[in-house]
Amino acid sequence: METAEGVVKKFCYMNRKAPYGTIYALESLEVVLIAAAFDQDISLVFADDGVYQLTKDQDTDGIGMKNFSKTYSALGDYDINKIYVEKESLEERGLSVDDLQALTYEDEDDDWAEKNSLFVVGREELTALIDEQDVVLSF
Amino acid sequence: MSLEVSGKSYETDEEGYLAELSQWKPELAEAMASADGAELGEFHWEVINFLREYYEEYQIAPAVRVLTKAIGKKLGKDKGNSKYLYELFPYGPAKQACKYAGLPKPTGCV
Repeated sequence: METAEGVVKKFCYMNRKAPYGTIYALESLEVVLIAAAFDQDISLVFADDGVYQLTKDQDTDGIGMKNFSKTYSALGDYDINKIYVEKESLEERGLSVDDLQALTYEDEDDDWAEKNSLFVVGREELTALIDEQDVVLSF
Repeated sequence: MSLEVSGKSYETDEEGYLAELSQWKPELAEAMASADGAELGEFHWEVINFLREYYEEYQIAPAVRVLTKAIGKKLGKDKGNSKYLYELFPYGPAKQACKYAGLPKPTGCV
């Protein structure tokens, strides 16, 4: 797709690791926030242990790390509103969508109505979604 | 680097951002501003306080585009534009106001 500003590509950020213990989750989030400035078509995918990144009520006091899970709810402000969580990954870990924080965005074109931006999708659907991306970045 | 205020020393990075967020108090913002040759008025404080609340809620300093939009929503359209914010903070609203607010440099600022 061409616009006056240039080519818009479909970027997908794959998040597959638990939030703490390695730096991948935080690094991915920072890259996403920076890349958001370039007006690209961005999707986030959380699969495997990556689904733990979105669990609610995280408490990092015991491990002395910043609780960056609060930052995911700012993604809507950055116009990132396609966040996919793999259904099978949740089920394999005994989790459901109720264990995840709610993620929303305000639709500027619809009088700032608050809309859901988190979608639980099956493995097959996710495969198709990844297949149509121009760039996939894996963390 | 460090910042001296009322006989106490506060550690900062090489660009003057406060190293320890929890040490922040309004006098530090005043001191940073006067070092830049600026004086903080009511409207500066609106933005500084907004940034501190945003950080408290989301654990990040917002990018300038996000800040502009959010300020517009909270404080009114006449304030949610770059012209207004750059007049208050000529070195860049996100960078300069975040510094005064004791926050880290916004993610994505170079």
